[in-house]
Amino acid sequence: ASHEILNYMMHTLPLRGKVLTVDTMNANVKKVDYAVRGPIVQRAVQIEKELKEGVKKPFEEVIKANIGDAHAMGQRPITFFRQVMALCTYPQLLDDNKFPEDAKNRARRILQSCGGNSIGAYTTSQGIDCVRHDVANYIQRRDGGIPSDPDNIYLTTGASDGIVTILKLLTAGEGRTRTGVMISIPQYPLYSASIAELGAVQINYYLNEEKCWSLDISELQRSLHAAREHCNPRVLCIINPGNPTGQVQSRQCIEDVIRFAAKENLFLMADEVYQDNVYAEGCEFHSFKKVLFEMGPEYSSKVELASFHSTSKCYMGECGFRGGYMEVINMDPEVKAQLTKLVSVRLCPPAPGQALMDLVVNSPQPGEPSYQTFMKERTAVLSALAEKAKLTEEILNTVPGISCNPVQGAMYSFPRITLPERAINEAKAKGQAPDMFYCMKLLEETGICLVPGSGFGQREGTYHFRMTILPPTDKLKIMLNKLKEFHQKFTQQYS
Amino acid sequence: MNTHPEQWAAIYAAAPGSSWGFCALLKGTSVVVLKVGESAVHSLPPPTIPAGIHGDTMTENGCEYRDRVLTMDTMNPNVKRVEYAVRGPIVQRAVQIERELKMGIKKPFTEVIKANIGDCHAMGQKPITFFRQVLALCSYPDLLEDSKFPEDAKSRARRILQACGGGSLGAYSTSQGIEMIRQDIARYIEQRDGGITCDPDNIYLSTGASDAIVTMLKLLVSGEGMSRTGVMISIPQYPLYSAALADLGAVQISYYLDEDNCWSLDISELRHALQEAKKHCSPRALCIINPGNPTGQVQSRQCIEDVIRFAAAEKLFLMADEVYQDNVYADGCKFHSFKKVLFEMGLEYSEKVELASFHSTSKCYMGECGFRGGYMEVVNLDPEVKVQLTKLVSVRLCPPVPGQALLDVVVNPPQPDEPSYDTFIKERTDTLATLAEKASMTQEILNQVPGIKCNPVQGAMYTFPRIHLPPKAILEAKEKGQVPDMFYCMKLLEETGICLVPGSGFGQRDGTYHFRMTILPPKEKLKIVLAKIKEFHQHFMEQYS
Repeated sequence: ASHEILNYMMHTLPLRGKVLTVDTMNANVKKVDYAVRGPIVQRAVQIEKELKEGVKKPFEEVIKANIGDAHAMGQRPITFFRQVMALCTYPQLLDDNKFPEDAKNRARRILQSCGGNSIGAYTTSQGIDCVRHDVANYIQRRDGGIPSDPDNIYLTTGASDGIVTILKLLTAGEGRTRTGVMISIPQYPLYSASIAELGAVQINYYLNEEKCWSLDISELQRSLHAAREHCNPRVLCIINPGNPTGQVQSRQCIEDVIRFAAKENLFLMADEVYQDNVYAEGCEFHSFKKVLFEMGPEYSSKVELASFHSTSKCYMGECGFRGGYMEVINMDPEVKAQLTKLVSVRLCPPAPGQALMDLVVNSPQPGEPSYQTFMKERTAVLSALAEKAKLTEEILNTVPGISCNPVQGAMYSFPRITLPERAINEAKAKGQAPDMFYCMKLLEETGICLVPGSGFGQREGTYHFRMTILPPTDKLKIMLNKLKEFHQKFTQQYS
Repeated sequence: MNTHPEQWAAIYAAAPGSSWGFCALLKGTSVVVLKVGESAVHSLPPPTIPAGIHGDTMTENGCEYRDRVLTMDTMNPNVKRVEYAVRGPIVQRAVQIERELKMGIKKPFTEVIKANIGDCHAMGQKPITFFRQVLALCSYPDLLEDSKFPEDAKSRARRILQACGGGSLGAYSTSQGIEMIRQDIARYIEQRDGGITCDPDNIYLSTGASDAIVTMLKLLVSGEGMSRTGVMISIPQYPLYSAALADLGAVQISYYLDEDNCWSLDISELRHALQEAKKHCSPRALCIINPGNPTGQVQSRQCIEDVIRFAAAEKLFLMADEVYQDNVYADGCKFHSFKKVLFEMGLEYSEKVELASFHSTSKCYMGECGFRGGYMEVVNLDPEVKVQLTKLVSVRLCPPVPGQALLDVVVNPPQPDEPSYDTFIKERTDTLATLAEKASMTQEILNQVPGIKCNPVQGAMYTFPRIHLPPKAILEAKEKGQVPDMFYCMKLLEETGICLVPGSGFGQRDGTYHFRMTILPPKEKLKIVLAKIKEFHQHFMEQYS
């Protein structure tokens, strides 16, 4: 009956012209938020345009420390990778003596596994066979020999694509039976955005800021227990090394998480895209896969796990190619068939990204002509990052009202900022989150673009921002000093 | 709960090779233990276990093992409904056969010919030299010093790199796509459409056209029950549409193309389909594929006008899939973009009808499928919705930058005064002329076969002939639980190595059977393929008559 009324209205009343309006669009999409490219970044782009047009500002350039975009911040691509990519793209170069033999060999091997020997052909939807084999070998080496099956590898369009696909598979039920997904707070907003879009239930567990953003099993337990009142918790997402929080999980912590997932019947999703980005002494990257298998068959034959990697982070920083993969462990074979079917609808991940992924997992070996240059470039990038991680922590911690955990890994610092009561009130009066108010002011006055902590989630009454450690060392120093100055001024202004 | 313990046991039966099978199950007082290797009854209905209780009950009863979290019964039901025939079971079998051939297993053929998918390069089409030169330069800018590359390729590469963060293809781009490329696309559309203006802000780059189509559909899907969004798609259709609608839980509204009139679109059929659909959903979008996939028809200007009038009258959002816009072969046929026709119809329409049109690097003369380059243009999109669209695409960060760069050279190819112009035009013309030749050859040869009837391939890359299947074959297929044209195609694959997609994967009128075949294999190979199909069909008819 209500539909008849609606129909009647639609055909009799003069309505707004559009078929698609914010009132009639997909309600889940409206709930999606993605702060990393949110309003503050849009304003930064605007300011850049204004600067170009000659508008006077108290600064000359916008520094985008909002996103982990290594090349945009001046990091150079790895020569070997780009040589092979050029060879794959324009195979006539294979006759050119300017390219080293190992680069040519890689390119030939990749092209041979492409349809018609062209990177322009569709690949199988799961990804090129030889690339999946290379990925499996890489994982096996990384994990001290624990076997990896190429059939469990799915290449993806960046890690984001793999993460969304797995979440989609897991989302079912209605009302109290609707799938709940446990994510850390603070979190990388891809998770909250995907959960909103899929209409799943977000379950927050808080990382412990006082203990270097570590993960506390009792907090997992608490949040799970609370969530069971209103949904069906089925997934636990972990980001290690952490984004935006930069912590690196201990082996013990990972074991505890796996035990918890096993006991509570949770599907584990391990976002491990920063696996090479570990800087702090005493910290080491442990893959969930490895720890799971070292815990014995009781766990390794039982716990369902999907882990994600990408070409965008680590020492590569090749974000634009949208390369990535996921490995699925203990996935029900029938569900795997469904997964394969689902990814086939999008035909295939970008072939250049797949080729690049192949090089990352099959890099120059000792004895090959490109080995030394490769190692030199790789080491230089990683040690510069380690240096910047330390520098960032040190300088920020000298500022009264800013307190920052060590950046053990990944590419970000997520310091806590103390905001004066008056600033909080003024923000609220403007309808802004207080840390958004802070970051917007910082952008307008200094040109530095950060993301407010509210975009990642934080304990109520606390305020943070996320800043990448990616700008070149000199620029980073200037930026940190500007930040210091701004914070002091801001605190004075509002106290 | 009305589930018997025996049924639970069946559900917990193991996947081979895992220790799941040792799981002891408890419900009430019954204990069931299954061992690996014991056959379990798989056909029993799934248990209905309420959320939450599940894990707790099991541990309380001391069971160490548990069901998988993610199973067919607990997974996203919409995903289960997704079908994508172009890469379905027949293609999986084709891949298997290829492996068997490699292993030395004897077959009545020496290679599998994949005519199932519009994958030009895989079928031997050569990439356009200029495009690949520019991309190589962008990938490895040291080559900009190399005198072997023509100046126009270098200047394109420099221009693209300047628009990339840090001068690198490896940087993220803005989520909507690199601004300079969006400007180039807008200019290209303006030229194509005889000067009708195009705003770069209305251009969104995408990961192939598929990505953009799914995104637009996603925005459009809302409501529940009778108010759930209905989307009109042609039958036969490209199965991306049905798959995306299933995934999104939208209502598919089928309108049939007229096979007897060269697969043309009939407004009365649209009207009929819409009226029926209004009884159970809220129709809000109309999808058109022109030139047609899998049906190869090219819509007349008149037809497009009629469709636009219909969409305006019925308040439908128009989605125009125009990825084959350069693939028009038949005499008297011409590609008309929906955008152009819409604006030529005057303000009454051009200010009102909402339209999204899609293009890609994968088809036409480029055939660069692997790069996943594409764009959409949105026209008359509500500004607030546009903000939502921009936000939505930002979650996936950006479309692949190499694909964006490729798209830029597609819309900004060598000009008459540039050094690469002649080669470019020659390569482009050769590819399109060969395709035209193969289109008419395919139609001619197939129409010689009694029991196969095929419309002219006016455009795109496929023929979708109707095949007559004898009742005995239909019966045998049904006994095997197969759709008759799947049965036919599977047999064709096993006997000849030719991989086609059954018409049922695209939709067809009840009781009719078809297959989709690409016209992409090289001419000599295509001749052989067609001759083999002819022979097979005759043999098949004899066998089952």
